[in-house]
Amino acid sequence: MDSRIALVLKLVALAGLLAFPAFGSPFYVEMLAKILVLAIFAMSLDLLVGFTGLVSLGHAAFFGVAAYAVALLTPKYDPASLWLALPLSVLGAAAAAFVIGLFVLRTKGIYFIMVTLAFAQMAYYVFHDTALGGGSDGIYLNFKPDASIAGWAPFSLDEPMHLYYFIVFAMVAVFVFLTLVLRSPFGKVLVGIRSNEHRMQSLGYATFRYKLAAFTLAGALAGVAGFLYAVLFGFVTPEYLSWHQSGNVLMMVILGGMGNLAGAVIGAFAFVGLQEFFAGMTKHWQLLMGGVIVLAVLFLPGGIAALPRRLAAAREARRAALPPDAPPPAARKAAAPATPPAPPMIGKMKQGVNHV
Amino acid sequence: MDLVTFLIQILNALQYGLLLFLVASGLTLVFGIMGIINLAHGSFYMVGAYMAFVLTGMTGNLMLTIALGIPLAFAFGALLEWLLFAHLYKRDHLEQVLLTYGLILIFEELRSLAVGDDVHGVAVPALFSASIPLSDTLSYPVYRIVISVVCLLLAGGLWWLMKRTRLGMMIRAGSHDRDMVQSLGIDINLLYRTVFALGVALAALAGMLAAPISSVYPGMGGSVLIISFVIVVIGGIGSVWGALVAALLIGFADTFGKVLLPEFAGLAVYLVMAAVLLWRPEGIFKKG
Repeated sequence: MDSRIALVLKLVALAGLLAFPAFGSPFYVEMLAKILVLAIFAMSLDLLVGFTGLVSLGHAAFFGVAAYAVALLTPKYDPASLWLALPLSVLGAAAAAFVIGLFVLRTKGIYFIMVTLAFAQMAYYVFHDTALGGGSDGIYLNFKPDASIAGWAPFSLDEPMHLYYFIVFAMVAVFVFLTLVLRSPFGKVLVGIRSNEHRMQSLGYATFRYKLAAFTLAGALAGVAGFLYAVLFGFVTPEYLSWHQSGNVLMMVILGGMGNLAGAVIGAFAFVGLQEFFAGMTKHWQLLMGGVIVLAVLFLPGGIAALPRRLAAAREARRAALPPDAPPPAARKAAAPATPPAPPMIGKMKQGVNHV
Repeated sequence: MDLVTFLIQILNALQYGLLLFLVASGLTLVFGIMGIINLAHGSFYMVGAYMAFVLTGMTGNLMLTIALGIPLAFAFGALLEWLLFAHLYKRDHLEQVLLTYGLILIFEELRSLAVGDDVHGVAVPALFSASIPLSDTLSYPVYRIVISVVCLLLAGGLWWLMKRTRLGMMIRAGSHDRDMVQSLGIDINLLYRTVFALGVALAALAGMLAAPISSVYPGMGGSVLIISFVIVVIGGIGSVWGALVAALLIGFADTFGKVLLPEFAGLAVYLVMAAVLLWRPEGIFKKG
């Protein structure tokens, strides 16, 4: 069945990730680590955009808050403890998301998009303008967090391989965690809000609280990504909170297919892949990236994510219009517009595209 | 703060706020009337500023540049609407965000290819290069006052256009019910194209006017875009009057934030927005 194939594919992908350092050069291992961190970031945004129907254009704020938190928690001449720095960074991102959520969730639609962008910019200025964040140069992380517990060190993040596997573990953990969240009653309420918030309200759900919880959770998980990103590259800059960062992660979610966690991971791969591919061709790679985005919106209505659904729908329509004794082509054409029920996995994506 | 400095800051705040109004008014009209969220609106400001730099290099005169630049920007806006934005009216906001985000990348790179990534200055027109002395040591540049006056005149003109002309009536009707307006025999596509081009021309004009005082630099569109979003949110989507009030509010918040709390200057604007959101989540002058 579909879900069994999907599980096998996921396990194969995981085996590939685990085996990759045996084949790839350190350069590619680091790039893969970066993609996996961005995949966590994209999954956290997908919880909002794809599952709850909240199009946030300020998600980089929480990524950046956690990145700064680990930089600020690291003393100048010593490493910080991983077991202290990680929870505190994530908590910081969650707290920022909670407070910002209290404001932005009062708005809807276009307002929500603009207000999330504006609050992220406010967070950007907090680190850009004040002495706290080291200005536009950012801060260097002189030491990666220390993983030892009372003198015993199970692994060391200074080792690139250990760091890589730590990131793989974190990505899988976030994936599994979000899968469980989405299967829980809480997750069902979020999807209900995306489909029809008024109906959820009249069913007695305090939707604001659910949205705030989702926003805070998404912020915390973006914080996990921000923490790992800062540890991986060893420095933080205000650019981590910039609206380009928010735009890029939104692009990843949409590239891979909204409302689909594996899609967010694929989107991160696709985005970084495109970026590297274009950057290898020209210094002005953003021109090509922008061109691809504009053409995709114009010629693939519903986004790239809708492509498999549209193909499947077209195939279904053809099948439905073709009983054993095949009718003439004219009848096939007439039957095509009536969209038949899409298969369950693809149907999920379809819902994600339309409700904003 | 003594009285003269205070006066100077008030003039600065007015000038900045009024300039922002030019950018935000186009944005709020396009939001309110066509329901389009346009992230690339800041790029039009950037295009205007670079146009001022390039054209002034050729003509040697900023005022001639502006006279040439406005029709150019209008035509550019009409072309963009015909080519891209006309296809977005029926799409959801997410796709509008995507396409206009892609456009920003394209505009920035084209700018980089055409003019490079350096910061450039544009000379203040000789006619307005004088300063008005306010005290022994302080004076105020005439050019900034000229900007304020031009923006005020344009704000008045925009109000007149919207409330007192047939075109304005059609625009307001179009924002309420697209299909009804169309069935009355008005070419709604042409109307939308006009409004969009008008918004582009206003943003580009703001860029051209600002070029001599803010200089011309990469990424200048982004910061203006976000501030304009804040203004539209505070003023209420689609309300030109709201945009004017909000733009002045932001102009004052930013200017006096920089004077009174230089450490947190960048934040003042957003704190104002947060306060307004608590008070009225849909803006001070919400329509309808």
